[in-house]
Amino acid sequence: MSVAIEFKDVSDEQRELVGGKGFALCVMARDGLPVPAGICITTEAYLRYVADTGLRVNILRELNRKRFEDMRWEEIWDTALRIRNLFLRTPMPERLTFSLKHDLSWFADDRAIAVRSSAPGEDSSKTSFAGLHDSYLNIHGMDALLDHIRLVWASLWSDAALLYRRELGLDVERSAMAVVVQEIVPGNRSGVVFGVNPNDHAQSVVEAVYGLNEGLVSGQVEPDRWILERASGRILSHRAPLRDRFVVLATEGVRTEPLPPDKMQSAPIADSEVKDVHRMVLRGEAIFGGPQDMEWTYDGDRLFLLQSRPITTVGETSTDDQRPWYRSLHRTFENLKDLRGRIEEELIPKMLRDADRLAVRHLASLQETELVCEIEERARIYKKWQGIYRDDFIPLAHGIRLFGMVYNDAVRPSDPFEFMDLLGATAMVSLERNRALEALASSVRIDASLRDALGRGAIPESFSNRLEVFIKRFGDLFESLPDATRYGERLIPFVLELAGRKPIEERKTGSGVEDRREVFLSHFTGKKRQEAEEQLDLGRASYRLRDNDNMYIGRVKAQLVKALDELGRRKEQGVFAPRPVAWSGDVASVIEEVTRAHPPLTANAEADGFSTRARQIVGQPAGPGLATGSVRIVMDAADAFRFKAGEVMVCDAVDPTMTFVVPLAAAIVERRGGMLIHGSIIAREYGIPCVTGVPDATSRIRTGDTITVDGYLGIVIIERDDE
Amino acid sequence: MGEDLDPLGQIRELLLLQSLAVLSTRNNEQPYGNLICYVASSDLRHILFATTRSTRKYANLMREARVALLVDNRSQDPADTFRSMAVTVLGVARELEGNEAEQARETYLGRHPHLEEFISSPSTALLRLDVEKYILVRRFQDVIELQVTP
Repeated sequence: MSVAIEFKDVSDEQRELVGGKGFALCVMARDGLPVPAGICITTEAYLRYVADTGLRVNILRELNRKRFEDMRWEEIWDTALRIRNLFLRTPMPERLTFSLKHDLSWFADDRAIAVRSSAPGEDSSKTSFAGLHDSYLNIHGMDALLDHIRLVWASLWSDAALLYRRELGLDVERSAMAVVVQEIVPGNRSGVVFGVNPNDHAQSVVEAVYGLNEGLVSGQVEPDRWILERASGRILSHRAPLRDRFVVLATEGVRTEPLPPDKMQSAPIADSEVKDVHRMVLRGEAIFGGPQDMEWTYDGDRLFLLQSRPITTVGETSTDDQRPWYRSLHRTFENLKDLRGRIEEELIPKMLRDADRLAVRHLASLQETELVCEIEERARIYKKWQGIYRDDFIPLAHGIRLFGMVYNDAVRPSDPFEFMDLLGATAMVSLERNRALEALASSVRIDASLRDALGRGAIPESFSNRLEVFIKRFGDLFESLPDATRYGERLIPFVLELAGRKPIEERKTGSGVEDRREVFLSHFTGKKRQEAEEQLDLGRASYRLRDNDNMYIGRVKAQLVKALDELGRRKEQGVFAPRPVAWSGDVASVIEEVTRAHPPLTANAEADGFSTRARQIVGQPAGPGLATGSVRIVMDAADAFRFKAGEVMVCDAVDPTMTFVVPLAAAIVERRGGMLIHGSIIAREYGIPCVTGVPDATSRIRTGDTITVDGYLGIVIIERDDE
Repeated sequence: MGEDLDPLGQIRELLLLQSLAVLSTRNNEQPYGNLICYVASSDLRHILFATTRSTRKYANLMREARVALLVDNRSQDPADTFRSMAVTVLGVARELEGNEAEQARETYLGRHPHLEEFISSPSTALLRLDVEKYILVRRFQDVIELQVTP
């Protein structure tokens, strides 16, 4: 059976073979609607590829590491990246390549091609999940075409698709992806048309932008919008946006450009063209037997239809469904560049000013009611920054992912997370802080009299001055703890512990990173090289901020904790009435979160006459290496303070108030999963074995257990001496 | 199968759906493995199996009562590595006699009616494995231990 069928030759029975998007194009082409010429690559090609190369089993391996229900979105993203890299690195079998080259020979010249996903069941179901799979524009030449077919196949397992795996019925055994290969129409005005306005069924909606449709679909370019009377096509209203940019074909792919001034003042299409587009959607409705939502483009004055699908209601989502938010984290390069500017130039300086402003207020002089007000104000400020953290800082982390894809597409490394080595060579505050700590420790290491003095609790003035400088720059390591005492009681014993072991080295060397950067950039030339450098720069900024923003928000939180601590202290001393304070509704939850005690840890469960314990737990490999050691469960900075060199740090979630002990650790195990969490980032910097995404790590492993951390395979082995 | 069940539920389901297990015994330093037909008690504390007394495994069991048993649900597909489940049972086996043997025989035949001739033979011994520990392996490398509490 052929694996490629021309649009005009597809029969109704072949709908599942060519997928929803492909089938709609074929039907339109058959009925004489203006559709750019193209070919469908059937799901049979996908199935042959994953079966003959053994990829099917590898996908299964990636998807079965742990229960989906136990996976955070970050882990799902990492899984999708691993699978994508498998597709990138697995060539098509020779027979399939031969067959596709033969069937697609029509596209072998240098014309611009679109390679688009067409999943079976897509666009026909009652619920629409558009945009889960990838499409690629402006591809040139047979080799690039075959590469991009593999990338479209890989997107069957994209993070977004995995999030909606239940609704899609994703199944390694049965799921498959068809691909549409189509000539690109270099449209200069494009848009979408909704046969029925979801808000008013007597109306239709037309949206249009200058340039290609990608600007509109990705949300980068605000469209002109017309509301029409559905039956007559009469224009009821037109809303014009600020027209300032448009998307055009680049040498490869597309890029956003400023709109020429002469176009800013006029709508992309004339009223008569709005009506032409509307007539087309009604023709589509007649063919498909229901209202359609169509994408279209004008090449000069010729109208082409790019896609048609039934209008569906958006999937029912409850308010606690986090998936739409996760999907919103996917941002374009342009969007992330803007976001970075705002965070670096505006938000972080503001946050630090807030922290500094609070730090100089003298809590001890406040009356009871003043102190309560002060706590509420600090809680409000902290809550405000938590919101900004979620809405702006977390999305910026997508810059790391975006760079990861660019890097993997170009270099195709065996380790899909190799790109992180390139990002690490950047100014991270937590590493600077650890270097400063190491400098203090090395002074102690070489000076026996200083060590003895500190051991006795006597602090020479010169050393005390250096501690003050450290605290001024990085804050007291324990300032976020309740009952924060003078640094001498906690910081000095920690420096002594650090001095007791050999100097700590960061893994990276400048020249190694520089070599890798050159290897990466050597895959690009001309303008593409400049774009790759910009992607790297953005990736590095995202990576750096991912750690630094936590340090900074930690400083705001510390000020809240300090004020709460002051209140608690006075109550204990009987200065204030020991009645509970009724916090204002808007801050009660923040205060509760900050003061909540950790739940008791239970290592074993007993039920039905059996006691259960984990012997080996599978997580995600997050830092290569193998190490065995005694466990210290670290839930907060107080636990971190008790940490001894050579112990294995097991925690729920590493946060910046703990990362100063990482250089002492033999290995790190974290419940929270993902390659971009602090535990992974810091562990990679020091070359420490790290496994993340270990379900219930802090309850299934206990302080004092001996464990082996296999950072290559992502396994934690809990040792017992009974057999 | 049973992905939503707790470990004990998964073991129960596995033991119920499978009927064959690999029994490991020992002759001095030499380990020895056999396929056997088994039936597990509903509280999962005991596992019944049978063997003729002239076999090597019977001889081994008479010398060393500590055994291991492996039950799994593989289907000889490459995907088994990541999808199948296996449980290792550790414990002590002893031959049943008299009333105990009679009752056990009935239970055993309830599960393996096609083995009536084998089980009724005077040369066949019925044995009971008293379970001390289950070790459940899921998703290739996820390992949980369940110990019988006294």
